Amino acid sequence: MTGGAVVAAGAAGTLAVGGVAAAGAVAVGGLTGTGVADLLAGGCLLAGAVLSLAAGIGVLRLPSTVDRIHAVTKPQVLGMLLILLGLTLRLRNPADLGMLLLVGLFQLATAPVTAQMIGRAAYRSNGVDRELLDTDELA
Amino acid sequence: MARWREQVIAAGWMVLMWNLLWGRFSLGNLVGGLLVAVAVLVFFPLPPVTLDARLRPVALLDLTVRFVAELVTASVHVAWVAVRPGYRPRSAIIAVELRVRTDLNLALTAELLSLVPGTLILDVDRKAGVLYVHVFDVRGTGNLTRSRRRIRDVERRLLRAIGSPAEVRLLTSHPVEEGPNR
Repeated sequence: MTGGAVVAAGAAGTLAVGGVAAAGAVAVGGLTGTGVADLLAGGCLLAGAVLSLAAGIGVLRLPSTVDRIHAVTKPQVLGMLLILLGLTLRLRNPADLGMLLLVGLFQLATAPVTAQMIGRAAYRSNGVDRELLDTDELA
Repeated sequence: MARWREQVIAAGWMVLMWNLLWGRFSLGNLVGGLLVAVAVLVFFPLPPVTLDARLRPVALLDLTVRFVAELVTASVHVAWVAVRPGYRPRSAIIAVELRVRTDLNLALTAELLSLVPGTLILDVDRKAGVLYVHVFDVRGTGNLTRSRRRIRDVERRLLRAIGSPAEVRLLTSHPVEEGPNR
């Protein structure tokens, strides 16, 4: 329950940041290079925040444990990557770029592993809703 | 001694990562990274991974572009099901036999699959090369056939991009029969 709340709060915060970034870029007006980059950054931050929020809602609402894992692997990972992309466009600093790239890479590399470990444990401890299962070739 | 080559590649990656973490490339970071890499390789030896990969740029680009596209579709799909009022998604667990046998490529296929539309690896039978996949939001059996085909597509694209010549040959010599089971 709290996990979802944390994700939602985080998403709300990012929404605000994305909104401010986009508004700032628009206020600058003249479509200079930096203005465009800021605008794109705002868009990425917004989209990433919305996806993270959806992932949080999914964790709260989807019927079984295994379904919920889908929510924390896909919208969550893409949301995170979009936020990193937005940060890259906003910071425009080579020193930060390496760190952001690594965060993205490790997110991509570790999320599926976590998902598989939790998924397997969930399956073995009846975290799958049999009512909603069409076929099961693992049984 | 193929072990050597892998150690060097691993060390190279670690040095690169060390420099990226510090945020700039310098002689000091290069030396520090090398020391860390050697320490890691000496004190935390990993089981050997057979690297018999060929990088094929065009196929790799194809894999990357498709992967990004599928990650976006998957994310939007799951996000939509999550917020859709009063909808309960049905799911299924299917066994898919893969043609990859090397641990690394099997792992990479599983990684990619976990991030593309509606599939999640629940269990792996390494000896038989079978993945047990949880399919999210199933609507009828036609959907399962599509999922199976999509999983095989991911495997094929991955092998075309980085598979060993032997594995690529397997793709053409072992066309997979389409059936309800396996």
